[in-house]
Amino acid sequence: MSFGPHLFLALLEGTVTAFVLALIALGLSLVFGVMRIVNIAHGEFFMLGAVLAWSCSMLVGGGAFMGFAVALVVGPLIVGALAVAADGLILRRINYQPESTIVATIGLLYIIQQLVLTFFGADARPVAPPIYFRVVFPWFGYSGYKLIVAGVSGLLLLGTWLAMSKTKLGLYMRATQQDAEMAQAFGVPVRRVYAKAFALGAMLAAVAGVLVVPIQQAHYLMGLDPLLLSFIVVIIGGLGSLKGTMVAAFVVGISDGVVSVFFSPTLAKIVATLLVAAVLVLRPGGLFGEEGS
Amino acid sequence: MARKENNTQETDTTARGITRRTALKTAGALVGAGIAGVPAVFTRPAAAQSAGSKPIKIGFMVHRTGIGAVYGRWYERTTIAAVKLINQMGGIAGRPVELVTEDDGTDPKRGAEVVEKLAVQHKVDFVYGTLFSHVVIASAPRAAELKIPLFVASEGYHVPSGTLNRWVFQPGITDVRSQVTAITGWVMKNLGKKVAMIYPDYAFGYDHRDFFGGAVKQKGGNVLAQLPIPPTEASFTKYFARIPADTEVIYHVMVGPAVLTFVKEMGEHFGSKRPQIFGFIDSLEGVDIASPGLEFLEGTFFWEGLPRYAGEYPTPYERFFRKSAGVNADGASIQDPKDVSTYAHMFSCWETLFVIKQAVEQSGYENPTPQDYKALIETLENFRWFNEGIEHPQGHKKFIGRLHQSFGQQFISEVKNRKLKVVHRTKIEDSIYASDVDYTKQAL
Repeated sequence: MSFGPHLFLALLEGTVTAFVLALIALGLSLVFGVMRIVNIAHGEFFMLGAVLAWSCSMLVGGGAFMGFAVALVVGPLIVGALAVAADGLILRRINYQPESTIVATIGLLYIIQQLVLTFFGADARPVAPPIYFRVVFPWFGYSGYKLIVAGVSGLLLLGTWLAMSKTKLGLYMRATQQDAEMAQAFGVPVRRVYAKAFALGAMLAAVAGVLVVPIQQAHYLMGLDPLLLSFIVVIIGGLGSLKGTMVAAFVVGISDGVVSVFFSPTLAKIVATLLVAAVLVLRPGGLFGEEGS
Repeated sequence: MARKENNTQETDTTARGITRRTALKTAGALVGAGIAGVPAVFTRPAAAQSAGSKPIKIGFMVHRTGIGAVYGRWYERTTIAAVKLINQMGGIAGRPVELVTEDDGTDPKRGAEVVEKLAVQHKVDFVYGTLFSHVVIASAPRAAELKIPLFVASEGYHVPSGTLNRWVFQPGITDVRSQVTAITGWVMKNLGKKVAMIYPDYAFGYDHRDFFGGAVKQKGGNVLAQLPIPPTEASFTKYFARIPADTEVIYHVMVGPAVLTFVKEMGEHFGSKRPQIFGFIDSLEGVDIASPGLEFLEGTFFWEGLPRYAGEYPTPYERFFRKSAGVNADGASIQDPKDVSTYAHMFSCWETLFVIKQAVEQSGYENPTPQDYKALIETLENFRWFNEGIEHPQGHKKFIGRLHQSFGQQFISEVKNRKLKVVHRTKIEDSIYASDVDYTKQAL
C-alpha cells in the first residue's frame, strides 16, 4: 500500500481508538477528580458492559438492532447500579482513603472478573453489530460500524461535557473536585455526589464496552488492556482534568494507530509508556493537571 | 503384571502390519460402535480388574480459563470421553483410571505450579494434557525436576526440537514443523509463491514463521512480509495494511479469544479483491464458519488435523470418536449446535491417553518409582508405529522414539458452501524432516 492510503488507514484506526479510549478514560478521570480515588476496577466495568451487551443480544428478540439498543440503555444502568452499591458497601466504609481504595478496587477487579468467569464462562462471545456495512475505499475496505462507534462516542463525550458544565449535578461535581469540605459547607451533598460520580464513571466505561463488543467480542479478560491505556491517558492528561483526558486520549489513540500501522503495536505501547515517563519528568501534574499535584 | 508377558504384546503393536489381535478388536469395535456405542470386545467384565487394585491417577492440566479456554473445554470433554471408554475396556493394566483435573489458566507460570501440585500434592502417576506452547515450555523443566512423565497434546515443535527433556512426550499429534513440512509444497503449487505470513507472537507462531517461511524459500518462493501478532490483541486492521500489494498468498494462523475478529477484519480489509488465503484452522477453531462477516472465506483453504465436518474422512473410527466426544456432523456440540468444537486438534487427547494405556501395559508400570518410570519411558521410546483404529481415529502414526514425537497425515480443506471440504490428504512421509535430536541419550 502506498504512503497516502497507508497513513489514511492509520489515522482512521487511530481516531476510532481515540474516541473509545476517551470515553473509558473520561470515566476514570472523573472518578479520580471528584473522589480522589484510583479505581483499578475501572476496566472491569468496561468488560461488564460488553458482557451485558452479549446477554441482551441473547435475551432480546427482534434482531441485532433491538438487542443492541436495549443493551445500550440497560448495560450502563446495571453497571451504574453496581457502582453505587460498591460505593456504599466498600468505598464509603473505608472513608475513601487513597491507599485503602486502591487495595479495595483491586479486590473489586478480581471479584467482578471471577464472577463473570463463573457465570459467563471463559469464551469470547461475538455480538452481531446493529448496523453492518463495509466502506470501500479505493485501496482497502473498512468496517462501517467502526465509524459509527467513533460517532456515537463523540456524541456521548459531548453529552458528558454538557452535563458537567450545564447541569446542577455537574456544578456539584466540579465544586466537590475543587474542595470537598468547602462544597459540603455550602450544602453540596458530597456523599451523594461521590456515589453519582462513581456511577457515572462506571457507566461511561460500560457504554464503551457495549459499543466495542460487536468489534471485539465479549471476554472476561478484556478489561485489562483498556485499563492500562486509560491510566496512560489520565496521567498524560493530568489526573482529574477532563480537558486533559480528552486531549491525551487523542494523542495516545492517534499515535497508537499511526505507530502500530507503520511499525508495530508493541512499539506503539512503548511510545505511549515513554510519553508517560516524559510527562512525569517534565510536567509531573500532567499536561492540564494542577501543577505539582 | 509381569513384564515378560508383555513382550509379545510389544511386538504386535510396534509391527506395522495388522495382527490378528488388532483385527479382532477392530471387527468388534465396528459392530459395537454402531449399536451399543461401546465396542463389545473392548468391554471386559469388571472382575478382570484385580480386586482392590488402586486406580492409576492421571493429572490433567487443562486450559479451563485464559486465552486457551475454548480448546480447554473441548480437551476436557474429549479426555473425559476417552477415560470413560478406557475404564469400560477394563482400565489400564486392569486398574481403573482416575483423572485429577487442574486448571493452568493458559498461564506459563501457573503451568509449572500445576505440574508440581499434581505430582506432589495429588501424587498422580503421570501429568498430561496441556496445549499452548508457552505453558508447555514453562512446565516441562518442572516435570524433569520432579521426575514425572509429562504427556503434552500441544502440536508445538518444542518436543521434537530437543528444547525440552526426556520426561516430555507428544505421541498424540503431529508437531507444527512436520505439519508445515507436509503442506508447503501443496500451497506453493496450487496457490502461489509470494507469501505474507501472519502468526501469533510467541513460540507456536515462531515455529510457523521459521518452518513455513524456511520451506517457502527453499522451494523457490518468497516471503514478502512476516506479521507477528500478540495473542491477546483485540484489533487487527492495522496489521493487514502491512501486507504488500503483490502478495499471492496470505498464510495465517491465529489463536486466542479474538480469532473471529481477526478473520472478520481480514474480510473487511480485503473484500473480494483478496489474494489467495491459506490458514491453519487454529484461526477458526471454536468458531462457526457460517458466522456473519466470514462470507469472504469461500474458496479459501485451511489446514486441518482432523476434518471438522462429518464424512470428509469417512472411517468408522472417526465416526465413533466424533460420537464419543459429543460432536455433531458440523463439528459442534450435539447438545448445543452453537458450541463449535476444536475438532482439528482435540483427537490428540484421546490418542495420547491410549498411548499412555499401551505404554503402561507394555512396560509393566505399577508405581511412581524411578524403576517403573524408567521402564515406561524406555518402552515409549521403543514404540515405532500406532495403527489407525478406535485408539487412533485420526489415522496411522509413525512414532520416532528419540524425538518423543508422532507423525501423522494432514488434511487441506477448501471452504465450499460455508463448510470445509477436504481437497488434499498428505502422506505420513510428507511430514518427516531430518533431525539428529536424541532424547534417549539424556540420563533419567
